Amino acid sequence: MSSDAATADRIRELLATEGDAVAENTRGFNEGRYESTGRLDDYEALKDDAREIKEDAIARLPELIERVKATVEANGGTVYVADDAADANRYITELTAEERDADRLVKSKSMTSEEIEVNEALEAEGVEVVETDLGEWVLQLADEAPSHIVAPAIHKSRESIAELFAERFDPEDPPETAEELTMFARERLGDLVEDADVGMTGANFIAADSGTMLLVTSEGNARKTVTATDTHVAVAGVEKLVPTVEDFAPFVELIGRSGTGQDVTSYISTLTPPVGSPVPDFENDAEPLADGSEDDRDFHLVLIDNGRLVMRDDEQLKETLYCIRCSACSNACGNFQSVGGHAFGGETYSGGIATGWEAGIEGLDTAAEFNDLCTGCSRCVPACPVGIDIPWINTVVRDRINRGEADPSQTDWLFEELSPDEEPGGLDLSTRIVGNYETLAKWGSRTAPIANRLTDVGPVRAITERVAGIDRRRDLPAFASESLVDWFAARGGARVPRDEAEREAVLYPDTATNYVDVDRGKAAVRALEALGVHVLVPDLPGSGRPPLSQGMIATAESAAEDVYAGLASHVDADRDVVVIEPSDLAMFRSEYEKFLPEASHERLAAASYDVMEYVFGLLENGGDPAALRAPTEGTGPVAAGKRVAYHPHCQARTIGVGEHATAVMEALGYDVRVSDTECCGMAGSFGYKEDYYDLSMDVGEPIREQFGDTDRTVVAAGTSCTEQIDALLGDAPMHPVELVAPRE
Amino acid sequence: MSVADRSTFKRRLDSLGVTVSEGPESACATLIDEAAGDPAVGVALSDGRDESGDAGLALPDRVETDPTTAELRAAHTGVTDASIGVAEYGSVAVEADAAGTEPVSLFVDRHVVVLREADLVPDMPDAFEWLGPRARDESVDVVFATGPSATADMGGLVHGAHGPKEVHVVLLREEGADEADDEAASEPEVTADE
Repeated sequence: MSSDAATADRIRELLATEGDAVAENTRGFNEGRYESTGRLDDYEALKDDAREIKEDAIARLPELIERVKATVEANGGTVYVADDAADANRYITELTAEERDADRLVKSKSMTSEEIEVNEALEAEGVEVVETDLGEWVLQLADEAPSHIVAPAIHKSRESIAELFAERFDPEDPPETAEELTMFARERLGDLVEDADVGMTGANFIAADSGTMLLVTSEGNARKTVTATDTHVAVAGVEKLVPTVEDFAPFVELIGRSGTGQDVTSYISTLTPPVGSPVPDFENDAEPLADGSEDDRDFHLVLIDNGRLVMRDDEQLKETLYCIRCSACSNACGNFQSVGGHAFGGETYSGGIATGWEAGIEGLDTAAEFNDLCTGCSRCVPACPVGIDIPWINTVVRDRINRGEADPSQTDWLFEELSPDEEPGGLDLSTRIVGNYETLAKWGSRTAPIANRLTDVGPVRAITERVAGIDRRRDLPAFASESLVDWFAARGGARVPRDEAEREAVLYPDTATNYVDVDRGKAAVRALEALGVHVLVPDLPGSGRPPLSQGMIATAESAAEDVYAGLASHVDADRDVVVIEPSDLAMFRSEYEKFLPEASHERLAAASYDVMEYVFGLLENGGDPAALRAPTEGTGPVAAGKRVAYHPHCQARTIGVGEHATAVMEALGYDVRVSDTECCGMAGSFGYKEDYYDLSMDVGEPIREQFGDTDRTVVAAGTSCTEQIDALLGDAPMHPVELVAPRE
Repeated sequence: MSVADRSTFKRRLDSLGVTVSEGPESACATLIDEAAGDPAVGVALSDGRDESGDAGLALPDRVETDPTTAELRAAHTGVTDASIGVAEYGSVAVEADAAGTEPVSLFVDRHVVVLREADLVPDMPDAFEWLGPRARDESVDVVFATGPSATADMGGLVHGAHGPKEVHVVLLREEGADEADDEAASEPEVTADE
């Protein structure tokens, strides 16, 4: 997206007004998720079960819709499949306002009902709608939108709720504490529920075999909404169907743990409506409760399509339908933690998976408004209980947005040489410049003295900001005049002869290491050679990570093919592929699955190692730790004794190579403190962009809080982490391999 | 039900803030009387094992078992039974029925729930194995209730958002079960888990 002052202003405003409350809550939920899922013996197996059930259910969706129609009708209810929001609202308002002549409908929380905006439709027909979930009620009173799909009012502080109640109700003794506010709401809402005519709920899951719907709640308002009214309308997306009641089990175990970190919420209602309870008659309350009135109950299941069946046929967006709306991807996300769903969200849904929902339901324009906020850090991937590749969905949508926004009449004469990509002409310039970072880096390295001088000049920075959207508060990378590949060739190649070597390895010269941070490449060569490895540093193309981050999928795919072509003969010769930049290793292991033939991807993924993972493996297999550098007290330019602060890269955490550096450093005698922050907030080019500079710095703030006044030597593996930590702490960290490699 | 399930169940209830009292089925009315506040309403308890017209488990006289809606509204405590309990989660399955088990367990401040030990199942998959056939064949409506009603929407965790603020479980042993042996057997388990 091109720079837009309104975007930056909006983000700044949210950071100031809602950021603290959202951060405290979402970080608490995220911490709770780790604790709660950690108590499960079979967490991964449960996730696999859940994924399998969803894949099967979506594959069989038309059949399940027919089945649930039959079972609900056999139970005495009615099923209506609505094509879109207008169709659903027409059915619901006719039923409620005309057939039932209802004055009031009470609702329990339902995102799907927000999606179709049923409240507005009902109110237009003269039906009063009351949200009974306490958070939703607060938002209804304040006329605000949810900022989180599970805890809708997390952006509101207790004080602001107290003010709201005082203003709206002018009570004699205004409630102030959480307890008082809750009891105030309980009483008010209790009275409103008693007099209601119709009750509306959502449904978290619906079993087609019995017409049983499952509701995950904690307050008890859904139970009251259903019990106190004789007409129950349940609104649910068609994707909520699962084949059988038994299929509910893994979701019940996962949904609360994944979302707010509760093992299970207070109430799991499994209703096969119409429900079997008598309808309490609060008007003639001297009559016995058990009066046979359960036979008068009426039930309507409104299943909503609204774009879902088209998503089901879209190979890339289909996975979105597996989403169980647990909110794990919101809570795990650094950007979401800072600004919440009012920035990172669309018409209805928020967080990483919202891009898929909003693209499928509302369209690309809506998704385009917030899709940038997914930086691809991937921390949501292990958090998702149904294993959705959420960053990939964001990338696909970004690619479609790029192609939709591209203006083919614009000729890229200025940047043609610098942007040899596979994308259509007229692509947004900032996107294209970042996407072609490899070419830019090559050019910068060839002309390093001039290029580096130029990038520091004020007027040049102003132009870079205006044209490319790169924030002038950021330092730009300084290009090295001799690349790693050239340095390695000039030193005469490998120092450990092949016939004396324990192993042979290709050190992958990623773009950042090759042209910018050559020192960490040299350190990696020294470390590997010290452990008896015959090292090669061939000239290889970039991994495609920068273009992928910009949604330039065709360019990234082409890069993947080039990298594999360059590495195939090495892999065939049983050489290991050692990668310094974690985001490139993540490409090889994860994203290349989408770009390469299965066998090629598997071979490359299996042969590739993070450099610290590789050092760890060498030491585990008899490598001599004495060949590496142990802590030294106060000597040399980088030695700060044995105390180290380490920030693992977000994607390294996801692919399981974040902790090898810790293990290696500890084995050598370092005392390592690991960063609690899962993503530094820079995320490749994200933090460079003018619109997102403030957000990026806010995401990184906890690192400054943890390590801001540390006397430890700070190390980090990712290039973008290095730049971000430099900006946060005022000093650039080194790569862990530079700490442990023997000196030159 | 195994001894391990019972100790797991009790430990989970404890961590949820749910109080428990235990005894033989013959002590049912006494245990309920000790746990119920005033006024109390309830639903006649079934004795699941017996279809011979047995009177079922007893409730204390002061619990109104055929309440009016007004009595339900005024009640402090609602007494119902639970169909099953889920040991691993500390959950009780409350089944909506024509007698009003669901409203009696919901529109009150304290829910006293009676569960027979024999009806404890180890974990969630067992609970849904139990529910599946009953949902398909009998269209049952079951709430798996775990601890009291709760909300964090008002700036802090509060119990009793809409439903009961307190929950008490009366756990009934089958007549003839050997209490002493059970207690002794469960001892090491509890220690190990703490």
